[in-house]
Amino acid sequence: MTEDQKIITEVTESDYKWGFISDIESDQAPKGLNEEVIRFISLKKNEPAWMLEWRLKAYRHWLTMTEPVWPNVHYPKIDFNDIIYYSAPKKKPSLNSLDELDPEIKATFDKLGISLEEQKRLSGVAVDAVIDSVSVKTTFRESLGELGVIFCSFSEAVHDHPELIKQYLGSVVPYTDNYYAALNSAVFSDGSFCYIPKSVRCPMELSTYFRINSAGTGQFERTLIIAEEGAFVSYLEGCTAPMRDENQLHAAVVEIYSHKDAQVKYSTVQNWYPGDKEGKGGIYNFVTKRGLCAGTHAKISWTQVETGSAITWKYPSVILKGDYSIGEFYSVAVTNNYQQADTGTKMIHLGKNTKSTIISKGISGGKSQNSYRGLVRINRKAENARNFSQCDSLLLGDKCGAHTFPYLEVSNKTAIVEHEATTSKVGEDQIFYCNQRGISTEDAVGLIVNGYCKEVFNQLPMEFAVEAQKLLAISLEGSVG
Amino acid sequence: MLEIKNLQAKVEEKQILNGINLTVNPGEVHAIMGPNGSGKSTLASVLAGRDEYEVTGGEVVFRGENLLEMSPEDRARKGLFLAFQYPVEIPGVTNANFLKTALNEIRKANGQTPMDSKEFLQIMKEKMKLVEMDKAMTQRSVNEGFSGGEKKRNEVFQMAMLEPMLAVLDETDSGLDIDALRIVANGVNALRNQERSFIVITHYQRLLDYIVPDFVHVLYKGRIVKSGTKELAMELEAKGYDWIKEEVGIHI
Repeated sequence: MTEDQKIITEVTESDYKWGFISDIESDQAPKGLNEEVIRFISLKKNEPAWMLEWRLKAYRHWLTMTEPVWPNVHYPKIDFNDIIYYSAPKKKPSLNSLDELDPEIKATFDKLGISLEEQKRLSGVAVDAVIDSVSVKTTFRESLGELGVIFCSFSEAVHDHPELIKQYLGSVVPYTDNYYAALNSAVFSDGSFCYIPKSVRCPMELSTYFRINSAGTGQFERTLIIAEEGAFVSYLEGCTAPMRDENQLHAAVVEIYSHKDAQVKYSTVQNWYPGDKEGKGGIYNFVTKRGLCAGTHAKISWTQVETGSAITWKYPSVILKGDYSIGEFYSVAVTNNYQQADTGTKMIHLGKNTKSTIISKGISGGKSQNSYRGLVRINRKAENARNFSQCDSLLLGDKCGAHTFPYLEVSNKTAIVEHEATTSKVGEDQIFYCNQRGISTEDAVGLIVNGYCKEVFNQLPMEFAVEAQKLLAISLEGSVG
Repeated sequence: MLEIKNLQAKVEEKQILNGINLTVNPGEVHAIMGPNGSGKSTLASVLAGRDEYEVTGGEVVFRGENLLEMSPEDRARKGLFLAFQYPVEIPGVTNANFLKTALNEIRKANGQTPMDSKEFLQIMKEKMKLVEMDKAMTQRSVNEGFSGGEKKRNEVFQMAMLEPMLAVLDETDSGLDIDALRIVANGVNALRNQERSFIVITHYQRLLDYIVPDFVHVLYKGRIVKSGTKELAMELEAKGYDWIKEEVGIHI
């Protein structure tokens, strides 16, 4: 009997034996994907039966699906049986001080202006009691709790708020939605859950908290955000610090449910390892993000700054079901070296007087390929729907590519749909002009590109925007000439 | 300040400069005039270090150093400023942000600490007055949507902010009406002092009524063929360039 089989047998035969304790270091599922592995994951997480059932349904559906081939990205075929689908958070190698940190990473931290304390936390240096993340977390949670805001890990929510999970899980992104959403539904490891009760305005950007919370973010994340009637929340995901991960495939799902008069603002800065300069390694990021404006005057805004991943496949979308609901998508996607991105949005107008705005800025450098793919659909009953789309591409150098694939499906005559697209190059003239004022070529590119992305950065919370600007400059190093 | 010896340069296999000699001392204003295609703007571009121009001979010493070996940004940091004939637009980057970045890069290269925002705003306010610039201009994107006159005024404003040792004005008067010309010239005159030198490239004598030069040089076919004082400019204005061409034609 092989080691793998032994584990499976043990797990399947030992009925909740390890249910409550999972502190063994080598806490991981055998390679490959089958129902046993899913049972193993569910068991490890001590999930109720209904959760396991849902995972299994998703898995069985996934088996009937085929991998999408339509995106404008190219990569060797993924062997889904060569992946470990569950692995308890590994202990990071403990460093005694920042001096032991990879100098390249240290330099990036410094350029980003990340505080020393946070550098330590992100890189796994043992921190003294200066920042005790547990107590910080508790403090936040207490003040949020007073307002009835729930913000916790997905696993906790499954245990503590099963009625909410049962009601909303898969309500925006059903497991039947697409290949990677189905895969995520079957094997998701953890993620975040956020619930804002009626008429509550969440008093803080759920950012600092999240950064503390998500240092060891997983391979198959699942996030669910629910805003009840009249609620408001601004949610930040991700981190500008370089994120390295040994898992090559990432398939996350984010669902947002916005009720009548509720507003959810979701901002992401993603900086996954893009692979080296020759294009080796790097994360494949296949993400499904979708929001539902369920009630009248509901609003959902996506703002994303994508600089990482070898391959990005991501279309944060909004379904505008409620009359007068609003969907927004602001995006900066940067590709350099051999990165490939196929990203954009979908705005599905169902309700009357619904409105959507799309501002997409693609920047390609090196030998990268950057595609915008967006769908605007105005359904038959969506009277007076409006959409404005602006898709700009900026090229650095002459070996990269920018592509735009807009899809417009309009089934109602009263709709007004506008689409603007531009492609431009960072001009030698612009760079020389900056040089002549004492600004180096590298800084000039940063300056020009940041100016180009201003409309999107304006949507980000202040501190995040500052980091995003610096990140952009770093991501584009060596992209010209 | 600046010593140009037998400078030769070409662009796209076409030889434009055929041996320029020029010495500019601190505090001097030199006007360079000449007919279209004589190499005036090429000279400005070569001094600033534009890539497309290939130096094929000669040397340029700027403040004791070999200018031609320096990168464009190092030339700027060392105190060389070019007021562009056609300033480019940089969308989304405010004038203020652009200038602050430039100023602090120059300060850094010269071992100074970065200027803080408060002091920067204060200085900006003062310098804006020099070129009668509206405050709103500083918050607009660099040259974006600026009229021809506004762009030229913005160049002089940048010059005032960066306080170069040597400023090269490349046809800063072209496309300006008489009021704008006066404003631009006033801005330049306010920056004249014992140390700072100027090379004013122009097609017309008109500008030199406002910015009175110490020396006037006539550039023709990539060479300085005649040098003189302000009176030479007047003579050119009165008689055109043809007599020079004829005079030079004999020598060439």
